[in-house]
Amino acid sequence: MSGMNGTVQSRSERHSPKLYIIGYAASLVLTAISFVLALTHSMHVGPLVVLLTVLAGLQIIVQLFFFMHVTESEGPPYHVVLLTLGLIFTFAVALMSVWIMAFGTNVSY
Amino acid sequence: MSITPASASHHGRSHGPLEYRDPHQAVKITGFWIFLATDMLLFGCLFATYLVLRTHTDGGPTAAHLFDVPGFTAETFALLTSSFTGGLATLAMRNGNRKWVMIWMVLTMLLGLTFIGLEVQEFVADVGQGATAHRSAFLSAFYTLVGTHGTHVSIGLIWMLLTLIQIARRGLTAKTARKLFVVNLYWHFLDVVWVFIFTIVYLSGVVM
Repeated sequence: MSGMNGTVQSRSERHSPKLYIIGYAASLVLTAISFVLALTHSMHVGPLVVLLTVLAGLQIIVQLFFFMHVTESEGPPYHVVLLTLGLIFTFAVALMSVWIMAFGTNVSY
Repeated sequence: MSITPASASHHGRSHGPLEYRDPHQAVKITGFWIFLATDMLLFGCLFATYLVLRTHTDGGPTAAHLFDVPGFTAETFALLTSSFTGGLATLAMRNGNRKWVMIWMVLTMLLGLTFIGLEVQEFVADVGQGATAHRSAFLSAFYTLVGTHGTHVSIGLIWMLLTLIQIARRGLTAKTARKLFVVNLYWHFLDVVWVFIFTIVYLSGVVM
């Protein structure tokens, strides 16, 4: 077996673009739904913004699993723990800021 | 000779994706994921600032006045497609096809350049209408958030060019494969950030 030279040419298995095509189609469909929902003014603003955020959340999953190979790693998947923590902190900072500022501010400039 | 998975993880492997075969390269991929988790926090803070200040327009231009639907739709399409072509470059790399790695990366960079071009055009038009960064708190937050993303994309373009030059000169090795994989992780991450920008900033701005 001569696979130790570190070049990829020694391998015969081929990867198919199927997953990437599904991912691209999914991201286009999710984006199209967001744009149509928002630009046709078909819903009340409150539920609309919640729905748009959920659709954006689904796009995170599309990129992570179809494009970024998030499940692959050498050894334990430490990066998944860190990524989850990062996502929690990110959403916590953004949502809690909105929540705190919802308690009436008189600043309007 | 045959390698068991256990010994393979200590001495490099003969199978599996090229960028993971050398443990020194594999650990750098883990390191890059850590960077992405922290970069996410940077954007989280900027999104928080924007969400808090988006109504503070001081009688100046509002989001609904300013945002140009065809413009940000084109930007979105360019970036979503470039994330796909970047993924195809990773796929071509895993298939050991250097020619297609180059083709997909050049295409990705052209789409990235299109995105930046459209964004600069948008900013210039906005400033032309008097919507400068110091006009209102809303506009300061807007330019900081969207501009930080645009800066990331610009850095990504330079980084892709440098990676491409290395691959052209050295071929696909464990090291250049890791560099290509990582720059595409960065690119997919920026695509996710853009999805939130068009959701929270542009679409919400148009409807509210």
